[in-house]
Amino acid sequence: MNPLLKVSKLSMDFGGLRALDSLDLEIREGEVLAVIGPNGAGKTTLFNCITGIYEPSGGDIYISNAGGGMERINGLLPNIITKKGIARTFQNIRLFPNMTVLENVMIGRHCRTHSRIIGAIFRGRSTVQEEKEVVRKSREILEQIGLSEYVNEFAKNLPYGAQRRLEIARALATEPFILMLDEPAAGMNPQETRELDDLIRGICDRENISILLIEHDMKLVMSISDRIVVMDYGKKIAEGAPDEVRNDPVVIKAYLGEEFAA
Amino acid sequence: MLNFSKIKKSLLTAIWFMFLTFPIMVIHINPVEKAVEWRWHNMFLVGAGSFLLSLLWHYLIKKKERCFKDAGACESDTAPFLQRFMNEPRLYKPALSALTVISLSFPFLFSSYQVNIMTTALMYAVLGLGLNIVVGLAGLLDLGYVAFYAVGAYSYALLNHHFGLGFWTVLPVGALLGALFGILLGFPVLRLRGDYLAIVTLGFGEIIRLILENWNEFSFGPSGIANIARPSFFGMQFPLKGATIYIYFLMIALALFTVFVVSRLQNSRIGRAWEALREDEIACQAMGIDKTRTKLSAFALGATWAGMMGVVFAARTTFINPASFTFIESAIILSIVVLGGMGSIPGVIAGAFILILLPEHLRVFSEYRMLIFGAVLIIMMVFRPQGMISMTRRIYRFENVKEGRGIDK
Ligand SMILES: Nc1ncnc2c1ncn2[C@@H]1O[C@H](COP(=O)(O)OP(=O)(O)O)[C@@H](O)[C@H]1O
Ligand SMILES: [Mg+2]
Repeated sequence: MNPLLKVSKLSMDFGGLRALDSLDLEIREGEVLAVIGPNGAGKTTLFNCITGIYEPSGGDIYISNAGGGMERINGLLPNIITKKGIARTFQNIRLFPNMTVLENVMIGRHCRTHSRIIGAIFRGRSTVQEEKEVVRKSREILEQIGLSEYVNEFAKNLPYGAQRRLEIARALATEPFILMLDEPAAGMNPQETRELDDLIRGICDRENISILLIEHDMKLVMSISDRIVVMDYGKKIAEGAPDEVRNDPVVIKAYLGEEFAA
Repeated sequence: MLNFSKIKKSLLTAIWFMFLTFPIMVIHINPVEKAVEWRWHNMFLVGAGSFLLSLLWHYLIKKKERCFKDAGACESDTAPFLQRFMNEPRLYKPALSALTVISLSFPFLFSSYQVNIMTTALMYAVLGLGLNIVVGLAGLLDLGYVAFYAVGAYSYALLNHHFGLGFWTVLPVGALLGALFGILLGFPVLRLRGDYLAIVTLGFGEIIRLILENWNEFSFGPSGIANIARPSFFGMQFPLKGATIYIYFLMIALALFTVFVVSRLQNSRIGRAWEALREDEIACQAMGIDKTRTKLSAFALGATWAGMMGVVFAARTTFINPASFTFIESAIILSIVVLGGMGSIPGVIAGAFILILLPEHLRVFSEYRMLIFGAVLIIMMVFRPQGMISMTRRIYRFENVKEGRGIDK
């Protein structure tokens, strides 16, 4: 079966710095794929290339389309890629701080709704209907993520852990088939991290959304992922099931330095 | 609270000001008697005044700092009050009917001069509401807004002059041309943000004015266009006094229309997209919003109102020239939006009334009026940067949580 997302020989240069170096990657249906690696390995850059925030300097990115074929998405605008079904969160939270929690999620519905200026002014039946549907659906997602107590709060006033979850809720509202999470557990306490573990697993299993996860919390990564890709200096240095990766000497070397490698 | 060091500082400020203003406030040369008058009492006034103002300044700064430290302690926002007011029919219904009665009877109770000022205030309210879409909602700092005002005014003046088209025909044309020029400005500035955007829009405003000033064959240059027809009422023309009152009512209707349309736009899919763009451009795109289309629509829908007001302006003064469309106009409209409260419709309206009516009614203070006006602006921005009435967010209530059915009210 075709993978949902296929990255081949992807490179990204910033001036003289090669942040991604001929990277290959595949996401299959229904899996949680974790990308790990030291700081500066190029993980966030990989996300930015896939979601269209950067245009890659070389290589290809394909996603599977409705017809079952593969479609190249290099250099498309971020909003087009989101509409095609890839949603993401950001490493340093990028909510809409002065909008309410519900409105943040409603923004996620934008690319699945259609009403225009004329509709907004005259508020015909279809616009009203669509608006109600947006509110209902957004509310439902907030409930699922466990944020319903905050509906009318400003996003900026939420506790840190809740802001991270709101980013996930907002991404889910775009109805993705791949959800990309950039360090979702950063800054969370152990209790919040455990809840996040259940949440991500739940999204993957119940909603049938494949997950691409960047994370430094190894406990979370090991318990949640089906496969792990390890990056260092923009290259893939290892790939495999959690147990294989854990014991790979190359990985241990990259993380801990030369002398620890067996 | 007010300790010794504050008093000392204020005292020093006072002495400094007395020294600075000495030549203009104290020395007075009387050319008729060829004598120098020493007006020492002025020195005392300056000293006392600057001392008190400086004390007040320090006190307010201190108070603001304390609010900053424990947030929420000094929650004196007008927004919750306004919201409660609007949710209580017993309160807002009488207020609304009083307002209606006053605005309907106003032109029959006051002089033409007063009616004219009020009409001007209403026009600036509409201009403010239009710019509010661009600056307040979409967060695009536009310093050339007056260009669209000029486009509207010249489209009526020229169409009327050459083809004899009437006010009511050109009103929508002016709005449409405004929108078109909004898009025209929008394209080159799509990639710009913040200060860069501000400078380019400023340039755009100047370009339009300079074209109007120099392209004599098209716009009649600096001498402008005279004898523009006043708005007709089903084909009838009013005498001057009647026309003033007619335009006043016309502006009331247009202002209501603007409030209606703008508030609906704000509370819609597109309005939310504008705000998301203001809050975080990258996140906004990553959530599937087309940045180009959203920015252009903000520029277009903002400029529409300026185009429309331009037509009203030309019809009201019956004479226009490029001098009416200088940068200061853009600055005033921007001040209305910022002072009133960015993104807040009642705020912008209040801002327009204060900024237009205040200088007029300060005329009793003759030459000091602009000084007072400037001071009010500075004080507002230092102590209440969010504007007089800050933007409120829509509250969604859900009746039955378990069912998961959202009932928005
Ligand atoms: N916009 C950019 N301009 C220049 N260099 C960048 C940019 N984004 C990332 N980099 C560089 O690319 C490398 C990889 O960064 P990043 O992808 O953020 O790493 P990670 O997310 O794995 O910690 C770093 O050396 C970083 O400095
Ligand atoms: Mg990163």
